[in-house]
Amino acid sequence: MADPTAPTAPTAPTAPAGSGGDAETPLLEIRGLRMDYPIRHGMFGRHIGTVRAVTGVDLTIRPGETLGLVGESGCGKTTLGRCIVRTLRPTAGTIRYHARDGRVVDLAALGQRELRRYQREVRLVFQDPFSSLNPRMTLLEIIGDPLRNNGLAQGKELERRVGEMLELVGLPPGYMRRYPHAFSGGERQRVNIARALIMRPRLVVADEPVSALDVSVRASILNLLRDLQEELDLTYLFISHDLSVVENICDRVAVMYLGNIVELAGTDALYRGPRHPYTEALLSAVPRADPRLRGSGRRIRLSDDLPDPAAPPPGCAFHTRCHYAKAETCAAPGAGPVLLPPPDPSGRGGTAAGPAATPHLAACHFAGDLSLTGV
Amino acid sequence: MTVQTTDPLPGGGGPAEPGDAAADGTADDGPGRPARNGARRASASQARLVWWSFRRHKLAMAGAVVTVFFLLVVIFAEFLAPFSTSKLDSDYTYAPPQVPKFSFSEGLYVEGYAWEQDEDLRIHYTPDPEQKISLEFFVRGEEYELFGLIPMDRHLLGPSDPDAMVYLLGSDRVGRDQLSRLIHATRISLSVGLVGVVLAFALGVVLGGISGYFGGRTDTVIQRFIEFVMAVPTLPLWLGMTAAIPVEIGPVRRYFLISLILSLLAWTTLAREVRGRFLMLRQEDFVTSAWLDGASRKGVMFRHMLPSFTSHLIAALTLSIPGVILAETALSWLGLGMRPPVVSLGVLMNDATSVRVIDQAPWLLLPGLVVVVVVLALNFVGDGLRDAADPYRT
Amino acid sequence: MPEMSKNPTGVAAAEAAGDGSAAPPPLLEISGLRTHFTTREGVVKAVDGVDLAVGERRTVCVVGESGCGKSVTARSILGLVDRPGEITGGSILWRGGDRTSPVDLAKLDPHGEELRRIRGGEISMVFQEPMASLSPMYTIGDQLTETIRLHLPMTKAEAKDHAIAMLRKVGIPKPEQRFNAYSFQLSGGMCQRAMIAIALACGPGLLIADEPTTALDVTIQARILDLIASLQESSGMSVMFITHDLGVVAEIADEVVVMYLGTVVERGPVDEIFHDPKHPYTQALLDSVPAMGQGRGQRLRQIRGRVPHPSERAEGCPFHPRCDSAIAGVCDTTEPPETVFGPDRTARCVLYTPGLGTPGNVPGDTDPAEEREVPANG
Repeated sequence: MADPTAPTAPTAPTAPAGSGGDAETPLLEIRGLRMDYPIRHGMFGRHIGTVRAVTGVDLTIRPGETLGLVGESGCGKTTLGRCIVRTLRPTAGTIRYHARDGRVVDLAALGQRELRRYQREVRLVFQDPFSSLNPRMTLLEIIGDPLRNNGLAQGKELERRVGEMLELVGLPPGYMRRYPHAFSGGERQRVNIARALIMRPRLVVADEPVSALDVSVRASILNLLRDLQEELDLTYLFISHDLSVVENICDRVAVMYLGNIVELAGTDALYRGPRHPYTEALLSAVPRADPRLRGSGRRIRLSDDLPDPAAPPPGCAFHTRCHYAKAETCAAPGAGPVLLPPPDPSGRGGTAAGPAATPHLAACHFAGDLSLTGV
Repeated sequence: MTVQTTDPLPGGGGPAEPGDAAADGTADDGPGRPARNGARRASASQARLVWWSFRRHKLAMAGAVVTVFFLLVVIFAEFLAPFSTSKLDSDYTYAPPQVPKFSFSEGLYVEGYAWEQDEDLRIHYTPDPEQKISLEFFVRGEEYELFGLIPMDRHLLGPSDPDAMVYLLGSDRVGRDQLSRLIHATRISLSVGLVGVVLAFALGVVLGGISGYFGGRTDTVIQRFIEFVMAVPTLPLWLGMTAAIPVEIGPVRRYFLISLILSLLAWTTLAREVRGRFLMLRQEDFVTSAWLDGASRKGVMFRHMLPSFTSHLIAALTLSIPGVILAETALSWLGLGMRPPVVSLGVLMNDATSVRVIDQAPWLLLPGLVVVVVVLALNFVGDGLRDAADPYRT
Repeated sequence: MPEMSKNPTGVAAAEAAGDGSAAPPPLLEISGLRTHFTTREGVVKAVDGVDLAVGERRTVCVVGESGCGKSVTARSILGLVDRPGEITGGSILWRGGDRTSPVDLAKLDPHGEELRRIRGGEISMVFQEPMASLSPMYTIGDQLTETIRLHLPMTKAEAKDHAIAMLRKVGIPKPEQRFNAYSFQLSGGMCQRAMIAIALACGPGLLIADEPTTALDVTIQARILDLIASLQESSGMSVMFITHDLGVVAEIADEVVVMYLGTVVERGPVDEIFHDPKHPYTQALLDSVPAMGQGRGQRLRQIRGRVPHPSERAEGCPFHPRCDSAIAGVCDTTEPPETVFGPDRTARCVLYTPGLGTPGNVPGDTDPAEEREVPANG
C-alpha cells in the first residue's frame, strides 16, 4: 500500500530563508513508514487483529527547521516520534538519517548496537515531566547519565558539563545534587530538555513538551526551546495537539489523521489556507482567545466518533467524518488519496510560493476544488 | 552515593526556591501535601524520604520497635536465656513464676518453693521466704557458642549457683524453665519465617522478574504455572510434604526442609508483585529514557527499575513473614513441623493443649501471646512501609 | 474611572450602581468564602476569601492555573470538599429552586438531606475525567435513571423514557441502545455527553462544569462547548465553568473570574477582561498564550517564577513575587484591597488604590504591543 515512489516533498530548489542549514540535503527522510501493533487476546495471547498506528508515512525533515506534527489523540503522531528515536521498531519503511559524520543510515533497519551512536544525535523530550525523571536520581545523575553511559565524561568533567547544561536551560548549576521531587513541572521540563541536549544532538523529537504545564510556565519553555534552537543549531520535530502552540513555534506543519499525513505545508500557508477538510475542521475547533472573534469564521464540527484504527474505513480514512465527502470517490475501496500538491496551484495565489518555497501538499481528492477557510 | 546539601543560591534575585512538586500539573487543582521547603528536602534521597514518611506512622514505629526487640532475641537467644532448653529439675513440675525481689543485704534474689499435694495428687507451690536463691547479671552458667562460633558461658541473668534452677516464667510438665524455652522457641520460629521468606523471595524475584521483563510467551507460561501452584490446597500439600521428611534426619536439615516447604506459600504472591512492578515500570518514561540515554539492558534493570521498587518489595516481604511464622507454628503444633528436642513456638503450644494444663499452668499459653505480638508487629511495620514506599504520592 | 473602596456587599452595590433598575439578585452569590485544609504541616488556605456571583442565565468562567483554588471553590458550593478540607468562613447564598429566601450552602451539613436534594437536583456538576466519573459497574441508563428517580417523582418506566430523551438531547446517537451501554464501551466524548445528560436530567438551575473538556481533543471539545451553550439556551440554566484555557473562556463566558492562589484577583465581563485587563496577573496571563492567527515566531511573554503551592503563599499580594509592577514595601506587606470599577467589575491590586499605587505606573496604560521581556525562570 505504501508506494515508496509516491511523490513526496522533494527538496526545495531554493534555500529556505534564514536557516543556516544546507537545504539540499535533508536531515531525515522517512519513506513508507508503517507501524502495526498486534492485538492479543485470551489466555495464551492469540493474535486477533492489528492496530495500524502509522500507515505509510512519507516525511522529510530539513536541517534547522521546526516541523510540527499535529492531530487528535490516537492519530499516530506519538508512535511516529517513537519510531524515529527507535524506542519502537517500525513494521516497514525506511528512516534515512544523514549523520554528522556524513554517512546516511536507515535508522529503521539498524540493530540495537549500531543504533547507539545515532541515538546520541536524535534525542527525545518527553511530555510528562513527572514520570520521565527517575525519582531516585539527582539531576547530576539524570542529566549526566548519557555522557557516562557513552563513556564521554566522568567525575569533575561530568559535573562541569552538567552544570553548563543546567545554566543553559535556565536552572542554577547548584541544583545538580537535588532530586526531581524538589522541582515544579516547568523546572522538570527544563531538566528533561537538558538531558536531551547534553549529547549535543542534531534532531530533537519533542513529544508534547508543554502540554502538561501551567499556562504561565508554558510560554517560558517555548521561548527556551526557541533560544536553544538558535544557539545549538537544532532541528525539532514538535509533536503537539495544541494548534496555537504549533503555530507559534513551527516552520512547517504536518497534519496527521489515522496514521497518515493528510496535509503538509508551511505554517502560514497551512493556517491561512488549509487544503484538507480535516485541517480546516481542526483549525475551526480551536477556541480563539478573543471574545470579539466569537461567532466569526466558519464553524465546522466533526462527529465524535474516530474510526477504529484496527478497522480503518476503506478509501479516504477521513470520509466518515468529512463534510465534503462524495460517496463514489471518497468511500471507494482501495488506497486513499496520497499527498500531492493540489492540481491547480495558480488558482489560489501565494500559498504555493511561501517564504521557504514549501510545496503545499494535501491528501484529498478534492484538494484543488474545495475552498476552505483558515484562521 | 553520598548526599550533600547544596549551597543556597547566591544573592537575591535568584529564582524561587524549588519547593514541592505536588502543586504542579494542570490536572490537579486540589491542595496536596504542603511543601517542606528547602535544600534539605530537595537533596534528600528516596530512602530518606521513605524513612521520613515511615517515621510519621505511629503504629508502624511501635511495630518496628517490637520487631527489633524480637530480632535481638533471635540473635542473642543463648545469652538472654538463663538455661538451655533441656535443663530440668523434676522436683518442680508446673511450678508457677517466681517474682525477683531485691534487698540490700541479699541483692537480687527469688524465693524458693514450699509445696503440698492435695487429694487429687496435684501439687500446689507457694513461695517460701526462708529459701533465697540469689540472682546475678552476666552470671556464669551453662556453656554455649554465640553465633555458633564464640564459646561463652555468661548469661544475662541467672542464679549465682550454676546448678540451681529459677523459673521466672514458671516451669513445664517436666520442670524445664519456660522463659528459656520461650526464648529459644522464638528464635526458631522467627528464623524459620525469615529463612522461608528469603527462599521465597529469591524464587519470586527471579521468576517474577523474568516474567515481567521479558513479557510475551515467557510471561504467559510463568503466570499459568503460578496459578497452578496457587490452586493446589496448601494445608494437605504441607502435611504430605512434612510427613515425607524422614524421621531420622538431623534437626538442622529438618529445619531447612521445613523452611523450604513453607516458602512454597510465599513465593507466588511475591513473584506476582515483582512482575506487576516490572510491567508497570516498563511503561514509565524514565525507563524508556534510560534506554535512550545509552544504558545497557542490565543497567536499565538494576540501576533504574529495581531500585524503584525495592521499598515496595521490602514491604511485601515484611508482610509475608507473619504468614510463614503462623504456618510453622500450626505445623509444629500438629506435630508435623519442628520436633522435640528442637523447640519452636508451635512445639511449646503443643504442651498447652488440655484444659487441665491450662487451668493448672496458664503460663504455658505465653508462646501463643508471643506469636500474636510478633505477627501484629510485623504487619504494622509492613503496612507502614507500604504506605511510605511511595513518598511522592499524596 | 469610578473607584470605590471595598465594601462587604460590593456585588450588590455595584449592581445597583450599574443600571438604576432593581436588578434581580444573583442566583448564586459567594462572599468571603474560605476553604482551608488542616494538615500535619499546617493550614493550607486553598480558598481564602472568594467573592463571586452567578446571575440567572449567565455563564461565568472561573479561570486560573493549578493550585489557584478554582476546583475547591466549585466543590465547596456542593459540600464536596474532602477531609481534611473544611469551609471555615464566608457564605454561599443560593436562590434557585422555588425558594423565597436564599439558603446558605456553606452552613448546611455536607452529608445532610437538604444539600443532597440540592446537589444533582438544583445544582449539578460535571467533572474533568468522564471515564472516572461514571461507574464501570452500571450501565449509563442505570446511572441516569437512578439520578432521575432520586430527585423527581417518577416511576421506573417514566424515568427510563426521560433518560432516553435526555441522551437524545445531549446528542448521543441511538440512545435506546446506548442506554444499556457501560462507560468503557463509549468514547471520551460520548462519556462526557452522558455525564452532561446525568447532570441535566433533573433540570438544574445551575450547572458547575469543572474542566469538562480538558481531557478531550479539540474537535470534541468544540462540540461539547456547543452542546453546553445550546442546552443553556433551551433550558435557561446558569453555568459556572471552570477552566485554565483562556481560549475556552473567550468562547463561552459572559463574565470571567480570574483566580490566583485562593483569591479572586479580577472579575468582569468577558470583553473587558480580554481587552482591558486591570490586574497584572490577568495581563501577563493573556500575553503568555500564543494567539491563533498571529503567525510564527511571536515571542511569548513569560511570567517569572512558578505557580507556588497554596501553602507557600507570599505575604501581601499573593502575586507580587512574580509581578513586574510590584511596588516594594507595598505589595509585599499589604493585602491589596478590592477596587470596584463598575457593575461586576473588580480587581484586587494596589495600582488602583489611591495613595498606595502610583497612577503613572498603571500597566494598563502602556501599549499592549510592547512586550516586556522577563528573565527566564520557569
